[in-house]
Amino acid sequence: MSVNEAPPTPAPLGLPDVGGPRQPLLDAAGLTCHFPVRGGPFTARRVVRAVDGVSFSVGKGEVLGVVGESGCGKSTTARLMVGLAPLTAGKIVFDGRQLGEDLTLTALRLGAQMVFQDSYASLNPRLTIEDSIAFGPRVRGVSPADARALAHDLLKRIGLDPARFAGRYPHELSGGQRQRANIGRALAMKPRLLILDEAVSALDKSVEAQVLNLLADLKADHDLTYLFISHDLTVVRYIADRVMVMYLGEVVEIGPAETLYRNRAHPYTDALFAAMPSMDPDNRTQTPPLTGDPPNPIDPPAGCRFHTRCAFAESVCGAREPALAAVAGDAAHLAACHMLEPGSGHSKARAA
Amino acid sequence: MAAVTDFAVPSEARARGYWAGVWRRLRRDPAALVCAGVLLALALGAIFAPWLGLADPYQGSMIRRLKPIGTPGHLLGADELGRDMLARLIYGGRLTLFLGIAPVVCAFVIGTTLGLVAGYLGGVVNAVIMRTTDVFFAFPSVLLAIAISGALGAGIVNSLVSLTIVFIPPIARVAESVTASVRALDYVDAARASGASGFTIVRVHVLGNVLGPIFVYATSLTSVAMILAAGLSFLGLGVRPPEPEWGLMLNTLRTAIYVNPWVAALPGAMIFLTSLCLNILSDGLRSAMNVRQ
Repeated sequence: MSVNEAPPTPAPLGLPDVGGPRQPLLDAAGLTCHFPVRGGPFTARRVVRAVDGVSFSVGKGEVLGVVGESGCGKSTTARLMVGLAPLTAGKIVFDGRQLGEDLTLTALRLGAQMVFQDSYASLNPRLTIEDSIAFGPRVRGVSPADARALAHDLLKRIGLDPARFAGRYPHELSGGQRQRANIGRALAMKPRLLILDEAVSALDKSVEAQVLNLLADLKADHDLTYLFISHDLTVVRYIADRVMVMYLGEVVEIGPAETLYRNRAHPYTDALFAAMPSMDPDNRTQTPPLTGDPPNPIDPPAGCRFHTRCAFAESVCGAREPALAAVAGDAAHLAACHMLEPGSGHSKARAA
Repeated sequence: MAAVTDFAVPSEARARGYWAGVWRRLRRDPAALVCAGVLLALALGAIFAPWLGLADPYQGSMIRRLKPIGTPGHLLGADELGRDMLARLIYGGRLTLFLGIAPVVCAFVIGTTLGLVAGYLGGVVNAVIMRTTDVFFAFPSVLLAIAISGALGAGIVNSLVSLTIVFIPPIARVAESVTASVRALDYVDAARASGASGFTIVRVHVLGNVLGPIFVYATSLTSVAMILAAGLSFLGLGVRPPEPEWGLMLNTLRTAIYVNPWVAALPGAMIFLTSLCLNILSDGLRSAMNVRQ
């Protein structure tokens, strides 16, 4: 089928692979994003610590799932990757080139593109689908004819017949079709990293499955790498190679998907997974889920940020912040918990 | 790959442009079309008044004073100085429509630009622009217009300038709030993530989505502009007698309201008709500019 042939990349788009397959596509170190909150004239200026020292890397062709409850900094982390949120500290290295050093934001935005959750709000209601997809290439200097050809090609690729859909407005499409169009719009820049911020969360289950299959096909055909953000653990398990669990702006656990799903090292990961509905009605989830809301990111708890809600919290948890460390000697599986750190002073930790 | 089921409306050829679509939708709105026709007739009448074979609008006559509507030769009667009302109303459209529409058009261009810049950039730029416009809100619009006109001196051009200044702040305010709400939408973020410049994003993604509400609001200001212009004329700061201008005519005829109320009400009726038509037309245009129809 001609649809599977990769279309030629117009000259100004795309970012060449410089580091080879073994170099991580994305290396994020100590990402920090603090938003100042306006206080009154007599109150101290305070900051929301939306993302606080997040480090991770994504290999080429890999899918990194990011999970965590609302407000944990998943979306801000995603927005940092395309420069939509201001980076307070930390560095982003894309295929060996560091943002701000030998990689400009404009160039990074050719390598990384983002798909948002709200399929309707992410398409301009006054532009046809074709114009929305062609917009990015057009601003990068692709000729109108080439941008149009590219848009038609992508429409075919995402399963929307250009003859029927190219001239339609967003309100004339269903939710699934709109989200396909958004994926097409992101792919129009010929990115290598696609950031999917809850991209399938608002869709019906059947449509969600179709879009997930489309994402799997696109990944294979275009050599894409995904940063897949979701609150749906089942979907993340289906699509992700590795999973990163975030809590209150920090990474609490990261590891290969299957390892993490089988052997949850951090109590927060455990609580998160315990809140997943069981597929078997005779085997209902009995563990009580976490109570309360996450603490305020303006003034996060000292020590381990999870200690205020953790069932195993002891005095050491509120005193000292645990570092990410290998779980059971597996260097790929890291968690930040005093119970896993020998000699940390927690009663469940092994002695040093 | 799974077949995509088509739930949306059947596709038709959509090669036509945006404005062709606006016209196609406007044609289906009879009220807006009638109002457009009335406004067109008023404007054409005003422009071509000297060639319509009307009586001299400046020629008074003591015996014709306050003749009622329907007097032979003077279809709409005569005013307090015996001047032909029909001629004065049609000639009056020249100044009134100009003073009603021109300041709003000027304020629309300036206010929308200010509001777009403030709403899109936010932060310090927003604070500077919006707090400055807030200063103007401290004065009632009539007083502000009188103060500016008084400072600049009487005259039609100065009335135009003062009315423009009066209308910039409210239009900028509306433009800023709709721009800020569009600015927060994901498609603007997506456009930023594609590397487009702020100017391109505003031109392609913001402008089209904010013009509708600002446009409708600005149209509603034209009737206010006409009344304010009339007020300025009444105070001797705008149009001067014997120039025919609806607001000025309304003011001078008010002494005749017990003698011949119908004639005295005619300039008011013209202002009412014009602003009604403008409002209905702007409403129709707003619906027609909405691609979802």
